[in-house]
Amino acid sequence: MAKLRQIAFYGKGGIGKSTTSQNTLAALVEMDQKILIVGCDPKADSTRLILNTKLQDTVLHLAAEAGSVEDLELEQVMKIGYKGIKCTESGGPEPGVGCAGRGVITAINFLEENGAYDDVDYVSYDVLGDVVCGGFAMPIRENKAQEIYIVMSGEMMALYAANNIAKGILKYAHSGGVRLGGLICNERQTDKELELAEELASRLGCKLIHFVPRDNIVQHAELRRMTVIEYAPESKQAGEYRELARKIHENSGKGVIPTPITMEELEQMLLDFGIMKTEEQQLADLQAKEAAKAAAAH
Amino acid sequence: MPQSAEKVLDHAPLFREPEYTDMLARKKTEFECMPADAKVQEISDWTKSWEYREKNLARNALVVNPAKACQPLGAVFAAAGFEKTMSFVHGSQGCVAYYRSHLSRHFKEPSSAVSSSMTEDAAVFGGLNNMIDGLANTYSLYQPKMIAVSTTCMAEVIGDDLHSFIENSRKKNSIPEDFSVPFAHTPAFVGSHVDGYDNMMKGILESFWKGKTRAPGAQINIIPGFDGFVVGNNRELKRILELMGVDYKILSDAADQYDTPADGEFRMYDGGTRIEDIEPALNAKATISLQQWCTRKTLDYCQESGQDTASFHYPLGVGATDELLMKISELSGKEIPAEIEKERGRLIDAMADSQAHLHGKKYAIYGDPDFVYAMARFVMETGGEPTHCLATNGTAKWDEQMKELLASSPFGAKAQVWAGKDLWHLRSLLATEPTDFIIGSSYAKYLERDLGIPLIRLTFPIFDRHHHHRFPVWGYQGGLRVLTTLLDKVFDVLDRETINPGVTDFSYDLTR
Repeated sequence: MAKLRQIAFYGKGGIGKSTTSQNTLAALVEMDQKILIVGCDPKADSTRLILNTKLQDTVLHLAAEAGSVEDLELEQVMKIGYKGIKCTESGGPEPGVGCAGRGVITAINFLEENGAYDDVDYVSYDVLGDVVCGGFAMPIRENKAQEIYIVMSGEMMALYAANNIAKGILKYAHSGGVRLGGLICNERQTDKELELAEELASRLGCKLIHFVPRDNIVQHAELRRMTVIEYAPESKQAGEYRELARKIHENSGKGVIPTPITMEELEQMLLDFGIMKTEEQQLADLQAKEAAKAAAAH
Repeated sequence: MPQSAEKVLDHAPLFREPEYTDMLARKKTEFECMPADAKVQEISDWTKSWEYREKNLARNALVVNPAKACQPLGAVFAAAGFEKTMSFVHGSQGCVAYYRSHLSRHFKEPSSAVSSSMTEDAAVFGGLNNMIDGLANTYSLYQPKMIAVSTTCMAEVIGDDLHSFIENSRKKNSIPEDFSVPFAHTPAFVGSHVDGYDNMMKGILESFWKGKTRAPGAQINIIPGFDGFVVGNNRELKRILELMGVDYKILSDAADQYDTPADGEFRMYDGGTRIEDIEPALNAKATISLQQWCTRKTLDYCQESGQDTASFHYPLGVGATDELLMKISELSGKEIPAEIEKERGRLIDAMADSQAHLHGKKYAIYGDPDFVYAMARFVMETGGEPTHCLATNGTAKWDEQMKELLASSPFGAKAQVWAGKDLWHLRSLLATEPTDFIIGSSYAKYLERDLGIPLIRLTFPIFDRHHHHRFPVWGYQGGLRVLTTLLDKVFDVLDRETINPGVTDFSYDLTR
C-alpha cells in the first residue's frame, strides 16, 4: 500500500466546497484510490452526494446518544458510499451553543484510534469556512493533512477567506509538514475571475490547481443527491472534475508554504481588478444615484 | 471561655465545650431551616432501600463521587518517574494545584508541577505565548533535564496544538533546540488518570524513539502504571529483578521522587528513569506493563516498534505474582531463585495459618480497573468473596475481564461487577447487599460512617493514614503485607464486637 495521503478542502461557506470535494473524490475513486471522507462541519453535508442520502448520522450525534464517544463503534459512524468511499461526519452542536471546534478534535481522534484510517489511500477533510479556532485547525496539525486545497471564487469575501486560510496554514507550516496544495476556483462568473484567481495564487506563492467552470448540471446532480461523476459520467463537467482529481493526485508533495498578503495588499489587488471601488468612488456613485432619483421624482 | 493559654484545647475537644454546642444548636434552630430530624432520618433510610437503589442505578445524567481522577493527574505522575523531569501542564493553573495537592496529600511529599497559567485572553487568542514564556521560565528556574507537557480541559477545548507550540517555542529560543519536551494531549473530560498516564508514557517514548532504528537486545522494559504504592512497590520490584539477575529498566519509576529523605537538602527531583536510558529502551527485547489499563496505547506503540509485549493487572497475590515472575523468567532466560520460591512458600503458609478468619468474608472492592482485578483475585485466593467490584473508569471490556476472573473460582460465583459506577452507587449497593468490608481509598470513609462497614485502605488516594505507600503490596512480600492488613481489620472488628464484659466477651480471646 502506498503511503497514506491526507488532504483537506477549506474555503468560505457556500463556495461549493462540499460539492467540489465530493465530485473530485468520486473522480479519484475511479482512479482506484481507497478514500475516507472526514466531514468537519456541523452542517454535516460533506458526504451526502457520495452516500445519496439526505444527511449522515454524525460521530458527535451518535456519541451524545450513546453517552460518550468511548461507547461508539466505528461501524456505527462510517458509511460506505459511491464505489466504496468511506464516509464519516464529525457533526457538532446546534447553532449558538457548545463548541464545534472541540467536536472536530473529538471526532478525528475517535476515527484515528478506531482504525478508520487503516487500509485507505486518501483521507479527505472537508472543513467549514475559515480556520476560525484551534479545533478547525485540527486537520492541518502534524501527521494530518499534508496539503490544503482552498476552494474560492472571484467574489471579494471568498478571496478574503482564502487569504485568511493561507495565514492559518502558515502558522502551522513552519513547525510541521502542512502545505498549501493550491487554489481551486469554482466559477461564479464574476468579472475577470480567472485572472483574479491566478493573481491571488501567485501572491500566495501557490498554483491555481484548476478553474472549475459553472455548469447547471451540477445543480441537477445535487438535487438527486449525486455527484456529477455518478449522475452524468459522460458530461463535460464530469471531465472537469476528473481533470481536477488528476491534478490533485499528481500534486502530491508539491505543496508550498503560503505567503499570505496583508489586508491593504489584498484590497489594492481588488481595486486594481475593479472588484472593489475606492471610498471616493463609492461616495460619488451613491451621490449620482441619489441625484438621478431626485431628478426622476421631479 | 473554655480556651486558655495554660491549657490550649485542640479544635475537636474545644467544639464539644458547652459554649460551642449551645451556639451550634441555636444556629441550627434559628438559621439553618432544616426539616425536622425525623424527616431527615426518614429520607436517609429511604436512600438505603432497594427502591432507591433501582432509581440510583438508573441514573444517567449525573455522577456523584466518582472513584477516578482526570487525565492530567496520570500524566503528571508518569512524568514524575523520569529523572529531573518537570511536568508542565498547559492550561489554567487551578487544575495544576489539584494534581499537586492530590499527590502531596497522598505521599506526604512535595509535588512539583508548573502551569502555563492560561487566562481569559489566552482562551481567546490561544495559549502559544503562555507556552513560549512558560517553557523559558521552567527551563531557567527549575533546571530540569526534561519538560513533559500535558493539557487541561481549557487548552483542549480551544484546540491548542502542543506539537506546533513546542516547535514554535524552540524557534523563539525559549528552550534549546535539542532539549527534550515530550508531550501528550490529555483532555480531562475523556477517560481518566489511567489514560493520562498512558498518553504521557507514549508521548515520552515516542519523543525519544521516533525515527530511530531498533537494534534488538536482551533488556526488558517494565512500565509500572499509575500506582499510589509506587514507593514500596517499585523498590520491591527492583529487589526481585535484581535477585533474578534480569537485565531490566523500569520506565517511569517515581519511587524516589515521592520519598525524598529529610537530611537537610531539598530535592526538587530525585531518582527516576535516567534520561539517557529512554532511547536505548527501544532496543529492548520486550516491554512488560504491570497495569494493562494504564498502558493500552503505549504497549501498542511498543509492539509497533518491534518489541514483544505482555501486560498484567497489578501483580498482587500469589497467582498474579507467579504469572509475572514466570513471564519475566521466560523472556530473560533467568531462573526464579530459590530465595523467592521460599518467599512464596511463606506467603502460602501465612494464608493457611489465617484461613479460618478469612474464609467466606465478603468484600466490596473499588478503585482503578487493574487494582480491582488484582484485589478480587487475591481475596478469592484467601477464600473471600468479592461481592461488589466497582471501577468508575472500568470499561465494558474490563467488565468482561472481571466476569471471566470471577467465573474461575467458586468464591466469585455471587460477585457482581459494576463498570462505570460511582461511590454513590456503591452506597446503594452496600445498603441493600452489605459486605463485611470495603477495600478502597480514603474516600470510602464516608461510606464506612454511613453504613457501618469497615474500610480497608489499599489504593490511591490514601489521605487520612500515613506512610502506607512506603510498603509494597506487589510480589509475595507485598502479598504478606496485604494479608496482614486484611487480618488486622478482621481482628479489630472481632474484638470490637466481642468487647462488652459479660455480654459478648465469651469470644474476646487473647489468642486468635
